[in-house]
Amino acid sequence: MKKSTKAKVRRGILYGTLILILAAVVLVADWPTIQKAFFNPEIAAEMFPEVITVAAKNTIIYTALAFTFGLILALILALMKRSDIKPYKWIATTYIELFRGLPALVTIILVGFGLPIAMGVRIPGGTLGKGTVGLGIVVAAYMAETIRAGIEAVPRGQMEAARSLGMSKGAATRSIVLPQAFRIIIPPLTNELVILIKDTSLLFVLGTTIATKELTKFGRDFMNDTFNGTPLIVIALMYLIITLPMTRFVAQLEKRAARAR
Amino acid sequence: MEKNIPPIQILELHKSFGDLEVLRGIDFQVNAGEVVCVIGPSGSGKSTLLRCVNLLEIPTSGKVLVEGIDLTDPETDVDAVRARIGMVFQQFNLFPHLTVLRNLTIAQRQVLNRSEEEADETARRVLERVGMLDKIDEYPINLSGGQMQRVAIARSLSMDPDMMLFDEPTSALDPELVGEVLDVMRKLAEEGMTMMVVTHEMGFARQVGDRVVFMDEGVVVEDGPPDDVLLNPQHERTKKFLEAVLQQ
Repeated sequence: MKKSTKAKVRRGILYGTLILILAAVVLVADWPTIQKAFFNPEIAAEMFPEVITVAAKNTIIYTALAFTFGLILALILALMKRSDIKPYKWIATTYIELFRGLPALVTIILVGFGLPIAMGVRIPGGTLGKGTVGLGIVVAAYMAETIRAGIEAVPRGQMEAARSLGMSKGAATRSIVLPQAFRIIIPPLTNELVILIKDTSLLFVLGTTIATKELTKFGRDFMNDTFNGTPLIVIALMYLIITLPMTRFVAQLEKRAARAR
Repeated sequence: MEKNIPPIQILELHKSFGDLEVLRGIDFQVNAGEVVCVIGPSGSGKSTLLRCVNLLEIPTSGKVLVEGIDLTDPETDVDAVRARIGMVFQQFNLFPHLTVLRNLTIAQRQVLNRSEEEADETARRVLERVGMLDKIDEYPINLSGGQMQRVAIARSLSMDPDMMLFDEPTSALDPELVGEVLDVMRKLAEEGMTMMVVTHEMGFARQVGDRVVFMDEGVVVEDGPPDDVLLNPQHERTKKFLEAVLQQ
């Protein structure tokens, strides 16, 4: 057999297998039951408008606050990790390794319950405050490494040029190195933002009122009330509406960066 | 500044990177208005010497005096001294996130505390001098290598430096772009700028240099007028180097 014929036969077999599997799924699946359990339009309609005005809104607020808090903390950690003063470096390294190594849920429970119960330390702002701090602490550990890598990706000559013009190390870092580092890290930082959006679903452990429910808790409670899977499909779509534009945005940026190179 | 204080004075300078001693006792000075070209094989320490002058490399021992101020003294405000020394790099090191204009104004504003109008005006003036005024709003990525290097020279000039250091300014350029950069440097030299130039351009060293310094293995082997050093070298090592260069 010729080589090209061989390749054609192989592709044919792969497509054939795929069609067989799809046909089997379509034939075997119990469509009316699936539709009733997951695609019930009346139940879906009942979720509106609260799924947007409360749940999606809260998810976005938790994300935005935790991201802002985490970003500031991450920047401090990244600069500490690059410090000439060894103890600063050690503290930053320990922090990063610790909170990257722990499950996010453990950190959230630590902030939400561990501190108040064991130490009497209460983070103000209720679920919002505790959630922001808990998630912010976790995401800062990841973002600190991203920012550090971004700073290190800026050529050394940039710092040297700025210093040789008489700029102090701090001024050169602020005006020359960091703006370039942030440009480099926008794609990985956006990826971390997407992960953070999904991790806000962990905040249910903090206990939520009707007004502070985020998407996952909202959907789960709705499912429990209706004994139906439709709410999960609705919140899944909500998550995708938020995250897909971001992952597309990152893909665009990476494509553009690849072309610039 | 008193007339008799040389802009650059280097005394018994040593510099090691780990076990590797790159500079082994350099005594050397550049006088006001002088153009000194430093030549030598790669690894001879000439770039390291240049980078010690504005303390981008910290000397292991010895003294670096700029306009009589000891840069190796921990009490010295190095940033203030650096602002008076222009530095031009082999890789240009323009700030890619800023336009040509902002490349030229950022240090004027932050270091010299000039007003925006004053900084802009200075930027225009020096860009005119290097023939790059028409690219004032471009980003560096849109410039050719020769244009980038002329902007980098303008960036240094915008600080009104007392002297300029050039670290192989044409080595990263395509051959046809070398001339435009050397022309700008020649003009600067004619206007009386004090210059220390690490270079492989023997023609430039001969025509523009007041002195040529040949370095090898971390020491100054020969130091004198260009014609003496380049045409009538006294040392075997200088002869060998020049022969190798001229064969290219």
